[in-house]
Amino acid sequence: MTVLAVAEHRRGELRDVSLELLTVGRDLADAVGTDLHVAVVSGDVEEFADDLNREGVDAVHTVAHGEEFNHDVTVQALAAMVDELDPQYLLLPHTVNGLDYAPALASRVGLPLVTDAVDLTVEDDLVVTREMYGSKVETTIAVEADRAAVTVRPAEWPEAEGVGDAAIDPFDAAIDESAIGSTVTGFEEVAGGDVDISEADVLVSVGRGIGEEENLDVVFDLAEALDATVSASRPVVDSGWLPKNRQVGQSGKVVTPDVYIAIGISGAVQHVAGMKGAETIVAINKDPNAPIFDIADYGIVDDLFDVVPALTEEFGG
Amino acid sequence: MKVLVTVTDVAVVDDEFEIDGLGVDERYLTYELNEWDDYAVEEAVQIAEAGDDVEVVTVTVGPERVEETVRKALAKGADRAVRVWDDAVAERDLLDAETKAALLEPVVREEDPDIVLSGVQSGDDSFAATGVTLAERLDYQWAAVVNQLDLDADAGAASVHRELEGGLEELTDVDLPAVFTIQTGINEPRYASLRGIRQAQTKPLEVKSLADVGLDESVLDSPLSWTATYEPEAEGEATVFEGGAGETAGQLAGVLRDRGVGE
Repeated sequence: MTVLAVAEHRRGELRDVSLELLTVGRDLADAVGTDLHVAVVSGDVEEFADDLNREGVDAVHTVAHGEEFNHDVTVQALAAMVDELDPQYLLLPHTVNGLDYAPALASRVGLPLVTDAVDLTVEDDLVVTREMYGSKVETTIAVEADRAAVTVRPAEWPEAEGVGDAAIDPFDAAIDESAIGSTVTGFEEVAGGDVDISEADVLVSVGRGIGEEENLDVVFDLAEALDATVSASRPVVDSGWLPKNRQVGQSGKVVTPDVYIAIGISGAVQHVAGMKGAETIVAINKDPNAPIFDIADYGIVDDLFDVVPALTEEFGG
Repeated sequence: MKVLVTVTDVAVVDDEFEIDGLGVDERYLTYELNEWDDYAVEEAVQIAEAGDDVEVVTVTVGPERVEETVRKALAKGADRAVRVWDDAVAERDLLDAETKAALLEPVVREEDPDIVLSGVQSGDDSFAATGVTLAERLDYQWAAVVNQLDLDADAGAASVHRELEGGLEELTDVDLPAVFTIQTGINEPRYASLRGIRQAQTKPLEVKSLADVGLDESVLDSPLSWTATYEPEAEGEATVFEGGAGETAGQLAGVLRDRGVGE
């Protein structure tokens, strides 16, 4: 019996979540008294294996097949590995690529799947803590089964450190090329343009609470008065009110300004991932339970259409 | 050609709410079309408008309540709807992705579409796994988190963009039939027209029980169960300014000036 954690890489680099999964995996392996194994599929697996050989890792299994992630290759390789290793717990990243293979893998090997874990404990059963309703509520799910697959939310656990003495094991997965139904043809950077929000010292950031495109004026007026740059959360960009290069968050840009003023932004985890490194975070939101207040340094619980113009006026706007 | 779209409603929680047992008290919940499904429906309707003889069918796992939401999808241009439900399903608190996919699977097999569009996730429990699980069960191809979809039905393939993290997109060609999980922002979902809303009332909405789709209650067996629901402890140590807007704005202005903002 083992805990098997699956690493993720992109364009030749291991992604941070891979090393976070090692921390989760080691904790879980200790809780049930077993070994921690790690799998890495595609890319320069030898180099990745060296980097994944951190303290507490007992074995790294590598499948050299192709350069970039392909879900068909990944599912086939990991299904073969799960058959052979019979892991008690399979830990996968809750990332965009994780969403593209974890459900298929779990279904194919017959493991129950719980996604987007923010905490894991082993009592009689594995108990997974998750968030619901955009982080307003936490729930626990018990998995009444001997084995389970869990996708783990990025940036919730620290990265594993140190150097381990793991065995590096090239795994022969015998990939069936005829069963590959999708082909990655390239990548495209989409967040370019004239404004680079990641360079700004002060960001005035606007979210769903703004309601209508016409209302954006109140935010631009404030930004002008503060000599700040306007950024946005996902719903504003999805609606086409501001271009993609203004988007802060997991699928947009990571920003670390001196001051980040979140206006009408609830603070979904995907957004927070992009701005929690700001020096000072200010939140203006009418919902006192909005998760943005959990990470804010200063907050105002009120209607943004009252507060923002008043703030603009304070700065002579 | 036929496009199937999975449609669900999601519970939205009021700003102030109470927990009742393993869930949020119903009094604080309102139900609306899942945001991701709104984009999936729009994508399906646009495919239908661009092609000849394309049928758009919605499929839903949900109680009678969800029909109001399904009618919205019909009003936006879907042709007909199938809803799977059963008293036995209603007794379960937690429907995991495998179970939902197992309930959808026989409907998809019977409809035999060229593509299935499914929202990346639902806005309430956010498992984000049903679409890809469904593809695996059907032996369809798939792509998750799609924010651009170009269909070449004659070639039996689609070219998609998958929205990765950090402003990067992956360009992928996928053989059909396939399931695509649709990301928000892929299009601009329309509002239903008055004419559409009128027409939706008479479009077929078929309700199927477990037996109707050839399943028995064993499909609902899942090792997952909810054990607790609670409000997370506030982690923040935010200084919250009190008072009217003029007052709070004044206090915040002081903090900002201390940090050299607007100087």
